[in-house]
Amino acid sequence: MSNVPDQLRYAPSHEWLRVESGVGTVGITDHAQAELSDVVYVDLPKVGAQFAAGTTIAVIESVKAASDIYAPVSGEVTEINPELITRPELVNSDSYGAAWLFKLKLSKPEEVDALKDAAGYRALIGE
Amino acid sequence: MNAPSSLQKTALFSAHEKLGARLVEFGGWTMPVQYTGIVEEHKAVRETAGVFDISHMGEFFVSGDNALAFLNGLLTNDVAKLAVGQGQYTLMLNEEGGVIDDLIIYRLHETEFFLVVNASKIEEDHAWIKKNLPAGVSFSDKSDAFSAIALQGPKALEIARKFLGASWPEPKRNEVTTASWNCQPILTARTGYTGEDGLELFFANEIAEKVFLELLEAGKPLGLKPCGLGARDTLRLEACYPLNGNDLSAQRTPLAAGLGTFVSLTKEAIFPGKEILQRQKNEGVKESLVAFRLTDKGPPPRPHYPIYCGPDLVGEVTSGAPSPTLGGGIGMAYVSSVLAKPGTVLHLEVRGARVPVEVIKKPFYKRAS
Repeated sequence: MSNVPDQLRYAPSHEWLRVESGVGTVGITDHAQAELSDVVYVDLPKVGAQFAAGTTIAVIESVKAASDIYAPVSGEVTEINPELITRPELVNSDSYGAAWLFKLKLSKPEEVDALKDAAGYRALIGE
Repeated sequence: MNAPSSLQKTALFSAHEKLGARLVEFGGWTMPVQYTGIVEEHKAVRETAGVFDISHMGEFFVSGDNALAFLNGLLTNDVAKLAVGQGQYTLMLNEEGGVIDDLIIYRLHETEFFLVVNASKIEEDHAWIKKNLPAGVSFSDKSDAFSAIALQGPKALEIARKFLGASWPEPKRNEVTTASWNCQPILTARTGYTGEDGLELFFANEIAEKVFLELLEAGKPLGLKPCGLGARDTLRLEACYPLNGNDLSAQRTPLAAGLGTFVSLTKEAIFPGKEILQRQKNEGVKESLVAFRLTDKGPPPRPHYPIYCGPDLVGEVTSGAPSPTLGGGIGMAYVSSVLAKPGTVLHLEVRGARVPVEVIKKPFYKRAS
């Protein structure tokens, strides 16, 4: 059983989103990090870049493969997590905390409603 | 995780499920990619021991008075050099000198040979051998009846002694012997694909699950872990063992791959592609399979990433991964031979960015002997 915190929203592509005053913090779920295992490198977007919901915004590399991370909502990147450049393994150990990936200023806040809640995401991953 | 049913399953499939393996498709087979994690399994093989299901690989038997002559005209290495009980790495080429498959051949008896071939190439190899098979040589493809496991790591031999008992005739490096385990024969070969000492065991499907689970049990106190194809790939890459389909192909010769030691151009027998290889040797190879590593921290190389020298595209990555032993990204690539010298700095293109890499002398990892 993986950890799925109740207060977050989830994309079907396994990113989580937490919105505070119009800015969304994004990471990958515990389920996703377990599937990837052994994260060795994280490629993050540039601050100021704009992304539409569902487009590739980052790449997480595990020993086995490079996996695309998608923007769960549309917006502009306001901050990235510099800690992950030197400690990518945080994605495995603290995917909802220290291993947040980037923050987005939401351009279409209504998109949040289309994301799954914790119960919906648990159903998606069969838990 | 359920895998599509059209894929072939080894006799160890339910054992993998019981052990909680993550199963993936590989060369038409459902195989474990990992049990607990690639890095952990990789380290087990480097530090203690690991066991891999390699039942997907093909097992061929070739026998008869003319078997030696036939095989010497089919394979690149000199089969005549094998004493009974010895094995050698060798290659099977097409008429253009390109690689059909790389394999290990063991001489079981004076006129009987055992060939272990790649899973994805069983049908092609089978057809090629059949096509060239002369009268007086019999060929038998036992791939469907045989299971196999690789027991690898510094503790592998100690575990094997415990598991196979005092009567086991222990093979030396590259040798093969027959063990009797619960009155059942197991071929035990001192070969592997990890860069560590160890064995490859071949036996009937009927006893496969029992062999695998009891071996795991016997090895547990010595740190033995079940390992998947993920670790097998990073281990073989550190040892610079080529993977057919990635580092070897029908369009490239073993000389370009740096496997000249396994090609006998001096033996009398004429194998397919021999003339072309002789010419290539005289003229010098134009491109070479090199090993390289990232000079800084950066994204790991992956197959098909382009390689540049200044503005010029000079090659493509054939294998690449983060190295659990060395820490950084490593890979192999074909580049123009003038750029193959260790110390040469090239650039890898990753998602539009250029990352410096340095050509190094093969292999990345060599065990202390």
